[in-house]
Amino acid sequence: MTELEFEFLRGFLKQRSGLALTAEKRYLVESRLTPICRRCGLGSLGELISALKLGRNGALERSVVEAMTTNETFFFRDRIPFDLFRDTLLPEALIRNASRRRLRIWCAASSTGQEPYSLAMLLQEAAPRMPGWQVEIVATDISTEVIEKAKAGLYSHFEVQRGLPVQWLIKYFNQVGEQWQIAQSLRNMVDYRQLNLLQSFTMFGQFDIIYCRNVLIYFDAPTKSDVLARLAAQLAPEGALLLGAAETVIGLTDRLAPHPKHRGLYTHAAPAVRLGETAAPLRVAAGV
Amino acid sequence: MKAPHETNCLVVDDSAVIRKVARRIIEDLGMNVSEAEDGSAALEACAAHMPDAILLDWNMPNMDGYAFLQALRQSEGGEFPKVLFCTTENDVGAIARALRAGADEYIMKPFDRDILTAKLEQVGLVADAA
Repeated sequence: MTELEFEFLRGFLKQRSGLALTAEKRYLVESRLTPICRRCGLGSLGELISALKLGRNGALERSVVEAMTTNETFFFRDRIPFDLFRDTLLPEALIRNASRRRLRIWCAASSTGQEPYSLAMLLQEAAPRMPGWQVEIVATDISTEVIEKAKAGLYSHFEVQRGLPVQWLIKYFNQVGEQWQIAQSLRNMVDYRQLNLLQSFTMFGQFDIIYCRNVLIYFDAPTKSDVLARLAAQLAPEGALLLGAAETVIGLTDRLAPHPKHRGLYTHAAPAVRLGETAAPLRVAAGV
Repeated sequence: MKAPHETNCLVVDDSAVIRKVARRIIEDLGMNVSEAEDGSAALEACAAHMPDAILLDWNMPNMDGYAFLQALRQSEGGEFPKVLFCTTENDVGAIARALRAGADEYIMKPFDRDILTAKLEQVGLVADAA
């Protein structure tokens, strides 16, 4: 691939997905796009880029964006954001929203579904203390391919063994041949939608908790600022935003502020009540 | 949690290849590793020195992993080691049976470095990367 072709691809991905493809990530291009060339009968990456330049093949364009933005994930990834949900965010939301008994959660880069399903399992464990509650988990991703995988809820034995306690594997999954499928009741808890974070998401309404982890790292600073400001607008007044360990709001928006105690947790810059001060944390019986 | 160099892990498997692969991964985590090639050799090893963790195959000659686990849990001090079944018996029934017999975790073969490390984290023998 020539320098000009790489530059074209870089601009294309930036415009379509916000992905800031750095020169160090050039190696990824070959490994992720060569299978598309093969599938579409294109002889080389150069031919693929020529086809993109013509701008007439929407399916090819989507395939390229999806291939370059698909990221690794696993159940209860990084553990702390899920401990925080179980021990602090959920108990506080149960108190704060007690009168309307409604909780809205958004996984903004849900990939193949492990994050929303991890939250669904924690909610299922907490169900006895949530009678009559209406809980909505909206899960979005730029890639329709990964959303289809997430909806199916089928995982290999490698995928279910990283982060998922075996007790929960046999409690919440069914064995389907060589694979494991998450229970229908948990699949029903998650509403999957295709969404490019560069586009408007005001139609989703406000959320009590937003997980947007390990996606901002691929954006440049102006794009991060834009997305964070728009995420803040969708966050309920005392809501919580969780970012990845390598991500922050500092220097990018003044609408959100890091929580003083919990790394990776962000709230509106001047919330009426600080999270972690409204109630003693309740513990859900089963640990992760 | 003990420091890795104070943690002793016994790898019980009749396959020398599996023992070697597991040893390499566990030693890379800083733990001490000993090996046994079947359940009865593993029981002798535990009687001599109770390990902190046992990576346990299911199908072995002389005494299989299931029989070993039952005997271990009834022996003096045998309630302490974290036992991770590591086997090709990958159906729900086998997993449930292993848990009832006292296994703490279950690893389905084939496994890789990430899975073994994650499972050791889950039973509290490796500091969480998070």
